Amino acid sequence: MNMMSEAAVEKALDQKMNDVSYKMVGKDVSVYYGEKRALFDVNLNVRENTVTALIGPSGCGKSTFLRCLNRMNDTIESCRVTGRITLDTDDIYDPSIDVVELRARVGMVFQKPNPFPKSIYENIAYGPRIHGLARNKADMDQIVEASLQRAGLWNEAKDRLQESGTGLSGGQQQRLCIARAIAVSPEVILMDEPCSALDPIATAKVEELIHELRSNYTIVIVTHSMQQAARVSQRTAMFHLGQLVEENDTDKMFTNPDDQRTQDYIMGRFG
Amino acid sequence: MLLLTTAVIAILGYLAGTRRALALSGGRSSTMHSRPGYYGSFVAVWTALPALLVLAAWLIISPAVINNVVRSDFPAEALAQSSATQSLNFGMIEGIARGLNALSPDETAQAERNPGDLRALMGGRGVAIAGDPEPYMVKAAIDLNRMRMLNSWGSTVGVLIVAVLGALISYRLIAPRFRARNRVEHVILGSLILASSIAILTTVGIVASMLTEATQFFHAIPAWEFFFGTVWDPRFAAAGSGGSEGQFGLVPLLLGTLYIGFVAMLFAVPVGLFSAIYMAEYASPRLRSVVKPLLEVLAGIPTIVYGFFALTTVGPFLRDISAQIAGLTTGNYTSFIQAQSVLTAGFVMGIMLIPYVSSLSDDIITAVPRAMRDGSLGLGATRSETVKRVILPAALPGIVGAILMTASRAIGETMIVVLAAGVAARMQINPFEPMTTVTVKIVNQLTGDLEFTSPQTLVAFALGITLFAITLCLNIYALYIVRKYREQYE
Repeated sequence: MNMMSEAAVEKALDQKMNDVSYKMVGKDVSVYYGEKRALFDVNLNVRENTVTALIGPSGCGKSTFLRCLNRMNDTIESCRVTGRITLDTDDIYDPSIDVVELRARVGMVFQKPNPFPKSIYENIAYGPRIHGLARNKADMDQIVEASLQRAGLWNEAKDRLQESGTGLSGGQQQRLCIARAIAVSPEVILMDEPCSALDPIATAKVEELIHELRSNYTIVIVTHSMQQAARVSQRTAMFHLGQLVEENDTDKMFTNPDDQRTQDYIMGRFG
Repeated sequence: MLLLTTAVIAILGYLAGTRRALALSGGRSSTMHSRPGYYGSFVAVWTALPALLVLAAWLIISPAVINNVVRSDFPAEALAQSSATQSLNFGMIEGIARGLNALSPDETAQAERNPGDLRALMGGRGVAIAGDPEPYMVKAAIDLNRMRMLNSWGSTVGVLIVAVLGALISYRLIAPRFRARNRVEHVILGSLILASSIAILTTVGIVASMLTEATQFFHAIPAWEFFFGTVWDPRFAAAGSGGSEGQFGLVPLLLGTLYIGFVAMLFAVPVGLFSAIYMAEYASPRLRSVVKPLLEVLAGIPTIVYGFFALTTVGPFLRDISAQIAGLTTGNYTSFIQAQSVLTAGFVMGIMLIPYVSSLSDDIITAVPRAMRDGSLGLGATRSETVKRVILPAALPGIVGAILMTASRAIGETMIVVLAAGVAARMQINPFEPMTTVTVKIVNQLTGDLEFTSPQTLVAFALGITLFAITLCLNIYALYIVRKYREQYE
């Protein structure tokens, strides 16, 4: 009887898993920086066309996990990743996967706006150019315009496409970086505290943008702001000391979390 | 000895000042404005500084005064001689004066009575004199010795008095409200300013001395003949023959300089830049920590050693290989590259310049923010695409600055060119033939037995100041570019 119910529960869980489609699946992901272990067997799945927020106190491993998703950790000399992460069905750490191609599918927006010291046009055209996405100038113009439109920057930038991207305001620079990421048509966009260097008005614009992008892209966002996580995300994952504490619907997470630590963190008792 | 005594007084002053300050404070340091050590330092500074100033002034002024006094005692016929001869006479008197110090009083008296014996007497003591002295010279020499003796005593006593006075006055000044700390700080500030101005003043002095000599040269040779003349043929004219027969055209030398410099940069810039990119972007920290110092060792090798390398290895190698190539293509085994050639000099100089280019560029590339790299890599660019399209464009102004700085070194280089490109001042464009540079000719013109006032020698200064102006402009421009670039990221 008891056994039966356990099997039934498992079956039910399986069913549930089949209902939602997972874009990326992380299984037993551990990360080491040299001798130091930064992530402990994290199992976290990212749903398609959903905004997933990663929260937790500083140094809890949320950025580290994010950077595993497009293998940006590879650029750090001493970093070692174990476990398995799949994008659709591909194991992204498989030797046969080209990291360059992976990063074209999984784009990234960084904490500090980092436009290249080139014109706005060239900033957007950079990605499509290296991936050969545009056949001619007209194609490229179209990609640039579409990306800027999507990033909500077109109206502000259309008259100054040839001006330097570094001349924009902080918020505009960050939206330029998002436009730059969109331009290579990724499937997933990773955002590492994209608003931490912005003022409230620019933050509101970026959040609005994230909201709109959700219909076309799968987004994973790391944030320090609980309100931001609540505003922009549908799923929230809470990290603490390198471990995944809880992953749940955002609404449930902020009203009735399963784990005491999540409750404490959200209430501001630590972190 | 005098300096040592002054130092001892200063140390004593320091100790006394400290003790007095301690005594005044009565054990509670808060009653004094400054800590006791500052009062001590104040006394020490006031002891040493005025004394040293007096000593310096004395050392500068007294020889001139003595010289004048001795000369004014010269008999009329000696005064009537040319100033050059007078200088010679004075030199002889100084020689005699030194010799007299070695003689006993009896012998001195004998010498005074009979100047003719002097030479023999001094010869016996191992002191040589240029010629037979005239009677007035011996007398003048004795005067000179006496005055020098007085002078040295005077300076010793004077300096010591000043030192003691300074110590006493400053010792008196010590009081609870006296701001010794600020005074001492002022002295430190002053010495720092002095130290930093020495370098600048030296530069000004160098420019001034070159300018005066160069002006003299331009009196003999018109400036336009120098700057636009196409023939370099200074003709080592004998003294007094007018000397202006030679032709002093700057153009062949300048062209040689620029040509060899250009060939050197042709080797140094790509190699240096590539190695900098490798060091900054690809090399593991471990490799970098080994290779970078090794590369910088290259910069420490004296250029004359590179010269040997060019002369004994590179030059003959290029000559032989060119003979082989000629033989294989035409069947005629004559080398078309001479052992001493623009190519040899440029190549070896290029090797010398590699560490400059790579080290400077490496710093500049490393200074490009990490966010730029991440941004590019995050978009799916490869390492080399990132370097080519993001990092190099961002670092370009700095790299250009580094290259310009390196170019000014190439222009100033001498020893490699002497040994590797020869001394023939020619105008031609074949890199396989010898050519020469401005610096080589400067050395050429200043060595050998030449009259110092002839244009043949003075032209060196005109060349020097031209070179100085060129490298100065290059460096200023390079600094300007580098600074402009720095502002972009901070």
